[in-house]
Amino acid sequence: MSLLIKGGRVIDPASGRDEIGDVFVDKGRIAEKKGKAEETIDARGLVVAPGLIDLAARLREPGQEYKATLASEMDAAVAGGVTSLACPPDTHPPLDEPGLVDMLRRRAKALARARVYPVGALTVKLAGERLTEMSVLSEAGCVAFSQANVPITDTQVLWRALQYAATFGYPVWLRAEDKWLSREGVAHDGDMATRLGLAGIPAFTETIALATILQLVRATGARVHVCRLSSAAAVGMMREAKQQGLPVTCDVGIHYVHLSEMDLGYYDAHCRLDPPLRSQRDRDALASGLADGSIDCAVSDHAPVDEDQKQLPFAEAETGATGLELLLPLALKWGSARKLPLARTLARVTSDAARILGVQSGRIAPGAPADLVLFDPDEAWRVMPAALRSQGKNSPFLGYELAGRVRATIVAGNVVYERK
Amino acid sequence: MAANPQLNAHGELQHLLSIEGLPRGILEQILNTAESFVGVTEREVKKVPLMRGKSVFNLFFEPSTRTRTTFEIAAKRLSADVINLNIAVSSQTKGESLLDTVANLSAMQADVFVVRHASSGAPYLIARHVKPHEHVINAGDGRHAHPTQGLLDLYTIRHYKKDFGALTVAIVGDVLHSRVARSLIHGLTTLGAPEVRVIGPQTLIPAGVAALGVHVFHDMRAGLKGCDVVMMLRLQNERMAGPLLPSAQEFFMNYGLTAEKLALAKADAIVMHPGPMNRGVEIDSPVADGPHSVILPQVTFGIAVRMAVMSIVAGN
Amino acid sequence: MRAKLPDAEGLLPKLAAELKGRITPATAMIGLHTGGVWVAERLHALLALKAPLGAMDIAFYRDDYAKQGLKHDPKRTKIPFEVEGRDLLLVDDVLYTGRTVRAAMNELFDYGRPRSIALVVLADRGGRELPIAAQHAGAVVEVPAGKRLRLKRADDGRLSLELEDGG
Repeated sequence: MSLLIKGGRVIDPASGRDEIGDVFVDKGRIAEKKGKAEETIDARGLVVAPGLIDLAARLREPGQEYKATLASEMDAAVAGGVTSLACPPDTHPPLDEPGLVDMLRRRAKALARARVYPVGALTVKLAGERLTEMSVLSEAGCVAFSQANVPITDTQVLWRALQYAATFGYPVWLRAEDKWLSREGVAHDGDMATRLGLAGIPAFTETIALATILQLVRATGARVHVCRLSSAAAVGMMREAKQQGLPVTCDVGIHYVHLSEMDLGYYDAHCRLDPPLRSQRDRDALASGLADGSIDCAVSDHAPVDEDQKQLPFAEAETGATGLELLLPLALKWGSARKLPLARTLARVTSDAARILGVQSGRIAPGAPADLVLFDPDEAWRVMPAALRSQGKNSPFLGYELAGRVRATIVAGNVVYERK
Repeated sequence: MAANPQLNAHGELQHLLSIEGLPRGILEQILNTAESFVGVTEREVKKVPLMRGKSVFNLFFEPSTRTRTTFEIAAKRLSADVINLNIAVSSQTKGESLLDTVANLSAMQADVFVVRHASSGAPYLIARHVKPHEHVINAGDGRHAHPTQGLLDLYTIRHYKKDFGALTVAIVGDVLHSRVARSLIHGLTTLGAPEVRVIGPQTLIPAGVAALGVHVFHDMRAGLKGCDVVMMLRLQNERMAGPLLPSAQEFFMNYGLTAEKLALAKADAIVMHPGPMNRGVEIDSPVADGPHSVILPQVTFGIAVRMAVMSIVAGN
Repeated sequence: MRAKLPDAEGLLPKLAAELKGRITPATAMIGLHTGGVWVAERLHALLALKAPLGAMDIAFYRDDYAKQGLKHDPKRTKIPFEVEGRDLLLVDDVLYTGRTVRAAMNELFDYGRPRSIALVVLADRGGRELPIAAQHAGAVVEVPAGKRLRLKRADDGRLSLELEDGG
């Protein structure tokens, strides 16, 4: 099927292209215009960009269908303009067996919305003791291996896991967190936690673990992607590590370049996140780091949580915020606050993420998969439960007005979402 | 950020959740009203008919005999009906959520909920969900706040020292876990005490405490110099012999209040303690029972202060 | 035509003269905050009463708590004598609906059982809503609708009656 997307502002962050033009799609790929298209989409007034690539979105299947389902979250993804997403291994049971991975991929494929790339568990049951069968899991479709939000505490196990992964060139995605230091905490160990009487998680829980990870990378040569940076100090460490030529990349949750500990207010459990929202200085460093490339990309860290689990005292509430439908507007908000060219803003959620994921999507060039998003960067909408397709309505931005609304999402040349 | 949930649209106190965020005028209103109630507690008939027909529900998710009893006495002296609910944590985990518990009680025509909970912020969650005529009084939430204790401590200080504007106050001990300390710090800074100090080992002083407007001392002798008020905090036994403190004996050696250390404070300094005391750990008996100690009057004032808080919020 | 307000200062010796006949060894005086206390202080001095002066705030006995709450910082009730068996002179500045006096009597009885209570007011403006009457009133004052009758005390202690807007 051939498709012509006509007259939009075509932005391809990978090449820097930003101009009014047409995009031609044929047999699921971007192509040079050839003959007449079977279908035409009028994209005047809209931005035509590669579909968003989100390196961390929880779909809650298998095992947590009461929170969200594959169907609802895939709807949310394409409504948010996300055409590829990586899901962390912390499902129930964790993605440590090829059968589970295979089932997930099949179900996602059958729903025919966004592309789903499972990230396999690095250790069995994520327990941090035994290595998983990474080769078998890789064949089943895992693109990387991770511990989700359950860091390995036994450093020897971490060392061996990185060595093993490095043997085969498997990427390892790790949260930098020292679980011993953070285990009692629920909020950043700063002024707000003291004021609110909440147990604190100091920034050094991240930097101490990050130093360990970087040393092990140096020793093993493993390709490590550090997930969800939360502190200014960690940004500095990553910048330096990259300058030294270590094979490391990192991401930040899009919420963290906007929010800080101050947003906890009077115990707003929608701000109960893991890692915690830190100081304004940390937030600013994360926002700068994402701009100058010290941080490679931004992710949604999508985590649907039902309201019952949020309507609890802060320390008892479940962590996480819904994010698939907010990744685009929050990225745009970040980019415009920093006065970045739109191409650079979009790079952080498209081409840069694609590079880490190792996929061909994330660019508009002949031969690339036709994964595209058409959006109006100026259209404002209010973040309300009814406006979200995700089953997770848990967002710190509830009630806020954000700019950036998806008009259509295309995956492999098919229109999978359209807003009339 | 949301408006102060403790005040209604007219700026009057509708819930007492924390001393932080309350304007000076409201603190003074509470203290002045408490003074009138002290008069009531001193006479033969200790009751006034003010809250006749009103129901006060004591919702204690954390066990406590002392605080609950003083709230009960205070409510009864206002002629209110009192219902005590000791909700052990285990029955909570059996299924009923915090908000469900409150909703059920709401259906029983409650006017005032006095809430004590192990999680910081729980009373705020409750206050967001009660009906307009229902009022929440925080009787202690996690390590966050114990505003009626803070108020009775302020009352005690005002009773003996009159003017906050010239005071040096030291709070000694486990500040990290202490809601009493946080409430008192907010009260003192709001009422204009120029010098508020916290004294303790680094393991017991929270990271952001300086931002509350206090000076941190790790050397108790240095911290007690020239103090008008010394508040000793209760040390929980679970904290001893762990990564926070090696032993009760060593704590007493470095941070226990003895006559010798107290001599460094002003000659007319008063010694306070929220109770119950661990004699020989925070404070030795001669000081606890000595002429500087105002620990027993604190308890009496506590009833009057709670009567004041209840009658003010229930009327708004 | 608006009646002129009586001179508060002039009413005090008149009241004192009336009260002289009432004084017994068991007599004690209590003023109601705040205006009643001002009047009582003056009468107590004029009558040279032996028992010290009491002062009462009826905040906790009012009948309008449900509607109004605790509106003002209550002053502390101080009754420095035994109420039991006393001939009490209850003193207020303005007698109007009678609700303040009702509350005051309820509060008094929580202190003990007096032998008798006589109500002494500087000005009676009528408008009673309860069966309450003053045994001694300095003057009867007609208050126009929409106005309030208030006792004021100047810096030098001089008392004066004034009209203010209000119910």
